[in-house]
Amino acid sequence: MSDRNLAGGAAAGPCGEPSLEAHGRRRTERRGKLRATVRGRIAVAAIAAACALAVTAVLVPAGRGQAAAGKGAAEGRTQAPVGAAARRAPAEGPAGPRDDCSASLNPASGSTDGAAVARIRARGRLLVGVDQNSYLWGFRDPATGRLAGFDIDIVKAIAQDVLGDSSKVQYLTVPTSQRIQAITDHRVDMVVRTMTVNCARAAQVAFSVPYFTAGQQLLTAKDSPVTGFDDSLKGRRVCTAKGSTGQSALDAAPHGARILALDNQLDCLVRLQLGQADAVFTDNALAAGQAAQDPTTHLVGQPVTREPYGVAMNLADDDLVRRVNQVLAQYESGGADSAWMQSYRTWLAKELPGITGPPAPVYR
Amino acid sequence: MTHTPTKPAPPEGTGRPGTGAPEPEGRRRAWRETSDRVRGAATTEPGRLRIIGAALALLAVAFGGVTAWQITERSTAADNVLHHSGPLSSDAADIYRLLADADATVTGGFLVGGEEPQSVADRYRKDIDQASTLITQAAANSRGATDAAALTSLSTQLPYYTQLVATAQADNRQGFPLGGAYLRYANEQMRKDNGLLSAANTLYRAETARLNHDYARSRALPWAAWALGAVALAALVWAQRRHYLRTNRVFNRGMMAASGAAAVALVWLLTAHLVARGDLGDSYAHGAKSLQVLNNARIAVLQARGDENLTLVTRGSGDSYDASFAKGMNGLAGTDPKGVGGELAQALALADTNAGRTPVNAAVKSVQIWRQRHAAERASDNKGDYATAVAEVIGGKDAGGATVTQTTGQCFDRVDQDLEQAVHQEQTEFRSAADSGHGALSLLPFGAGLLAVLAAAGALLGIGRRLSEYR
Repeated sequence: MSDRNLAGGAAAGPCGEPSLEAHGRRRTERRGKLRATVRGRIAVAAIAAACALAVTAVLVPAGRGQAAAGKGAAEGRTQAPVGAAARRAPAEGPAGPRDDCSASLNPASGSTDGAAVARIRARGRLLVGVDQNSYLWGFRDPATGRLAGFDIDIVKAIAQDVLGDSSKVQYLTVPTSQRIQAITDHRVDMVVRTMTVNCARAAQVAFSVPYFTAGQQLLTAKDSPVTGFDDSLKGRRVCTAKGSTGQSALDAAPHGARILALDNQLDCLVRLQLGQADAVFTDNALAAGQAAQDPTTHLVGQPVTREPYGVAMNLADDDLVRRVNQVLAQYESGGADSAWMQSYRTWLAKELPGITGPPAPVYR
Repeated sequence: MTHTPTKPAPPEGTGRPGTGAPEPEGRRRAWRETSDRVRGAATTEPGRLRIIGAALALLAVAFGGVTAWQITERSTAADNVLHHSGPLSSDAADIYRLLADADATVTGGFLVGGEEPQSVADRYRKDIDQASTLITQAAANSRGATDAAALTSLSTQLPYYTQLVATAQADNRQGFPLGGAYLRYANEQMRKDNGLLSAANTLYRAETARLNHDYARSRALPWAAWALGAVALAALVWAQRRHYLRTNRVFNRGMMAASGAAAVALVWLLTAHLVARGDLGDSYAHGAKSLQVLNNARIAVLQARGDENLTLVTRGSGDSYDASFAKGMNGLAGTDPKGVGGELAQALALADTNAGRTPVNAAVKSVQIWRQRHAAERASDNKGDYATAVAEVIGGKDAGGATVTQTTGQCFDRVDQDLEQAVHQEQTEFRSAADSGHGALSLLPFGAGLLAVLAAAGALLGIGRRLSEYR
């Protein structure tokens, strides 16, 4: 009952909605202009960074706190290849179709304890939209009946920092189609749900710095002749989720494969087990979850796309975005003993081996 | 050719091949002789009387024979309704319902998390066992290619379905979301075109078509028997009138008895068949129509429950199941969540007794509450409060730790029970009406035969008495 009231309180926005919306829109416009200038600076900074990386691990902020770039890249942050910032740089120009909009607010650039954080403190609970169907990321642990996974560990770290108690979280299960709506309606404070950062979404919600980089990759039975996203797919039946980036990639380069598009990536594992598909093409993060549910399967080849996952928040909650970035910086610090690495080893290392650290944050 | 030869008729050509060419000519001659003799006989009164007597006796016997034949045919059809097509159609409906029930049960078990409760496991097992038994029985009674195809489809797909469910349960027990994906796939096998439910529906339609055919045959009007009865009676009356005009005698006992027997037979035929027809019509309203609507409603209820469960089992990607729930509910109870429509309204219109209406009315109420609670449950789930949503569907504790006492599961159980009672009620009425319809016809074929023989004998005796006056 109290939960329902809480949720109602969170959604009490309706009366303030129009102004909120207008406010949001103004913000977006202002941000657009800001971003254009920032982008230029980032481009310069990133080229500088590429040179600087060869010499030193630390980047000097190029502007007054505005366009600070990744810090502490030296500590083995190789989850995204070291040169990622540099390689992204050319794409971050105005044409920028490859700009993944993954740069986020620098915690040092402003308040990390403003209205949004105060709102959460006053409520005493963090409202987080999660998935409970993504094995290893956000799922119900059958032993405890509670949510667990890599995403959930991050939620707990945020709650610990903001409220001083990692259990003061109300998990709300948000369907994929409802994620952005739930944030813009302020039904949740944030969504931590294997959510890929991209520019279309970044115009509607504010993302933290990426905390993981996934990519579309192939999952097959261990004795399958399929070796990767190449001509070994010829004549094979490849299953993928309808409307996913995986389907677009397959349509663009089918490699002679027959494509089976289903509603849900997990349905593909069912077909794989029943012998109706030879391979599954999906996010390797989710594919890792599939491999964990079926030990006779494994990921093959290299990721075909690059999909950074971020924590999504309301565009108006600047202080919360900075706060989460601060938490992530701390969560990810400590090299091989960092909380991030511990969580990685708990959930993902077995199916996604070889990752030595989180992606390097890029601030704007 | 109504002639009673006083002498044996001249041997007609046997038409045996090989007897030679004279045969046709011989036959023609015989025919001419016979017709000459009849013409000759018709010119004298005794001759005429003989012809009349023969005609009357023949008419009476024909009337009795046609009545016995036509009524036996209708009685057999009524017997089929009662003992063959009726039960087979109801078995087919049961197969359909048991499969839908198994599917709804197993999806509900998934919501509990971990290992499903014993009651769920038992009910699922019972559903599958009964369905398999009925499929085997139906196969033993199967007639026609449609049945055979549907039954083959059922008996090959059912083991595959149970295998998918078993895999789903094994995965679910380990906490793998893959279990839910398997369950969705199993559900798809149940519902897809040419899937289990579709095959069960084909079988049901085939059996129901046969039932309707048997009803039509049992209720067909016996025109030939009626016409012959009327003609026989009219002929008897005419013969007696002719008697009276010629002899001034009012009564001829034989003829009177013949007329009486024919009249009794005709009245019996008319009333028995009309009563049977009425009873069978009643039974059709209950059996074929009411039961069909109620069976459809029960299946819609089970599918709606399955949809409701699956919406939650899919945990955040169940929009299509919720849409299917809404569609199913609209078909079941109309588009207005607070009103009555769809199959339940039809069932209400078809129920003609209070005993029949009461359970349907109760089901209507429960469906209204169900829809209301379902809306609240959807609101909880859409808010992201999964624990509360699950509790609102199957009971248990909500996210705040409070026990939810008003669940959609209660409504589902109530509707299911109410409709089961309604089906039971209609089945009883169907059976008793069909039984009494069948009973109304039961003695008629023998009675009609006996009366016809009596009438024929009476006519012959009466004529014989007149003839004796000429000797």
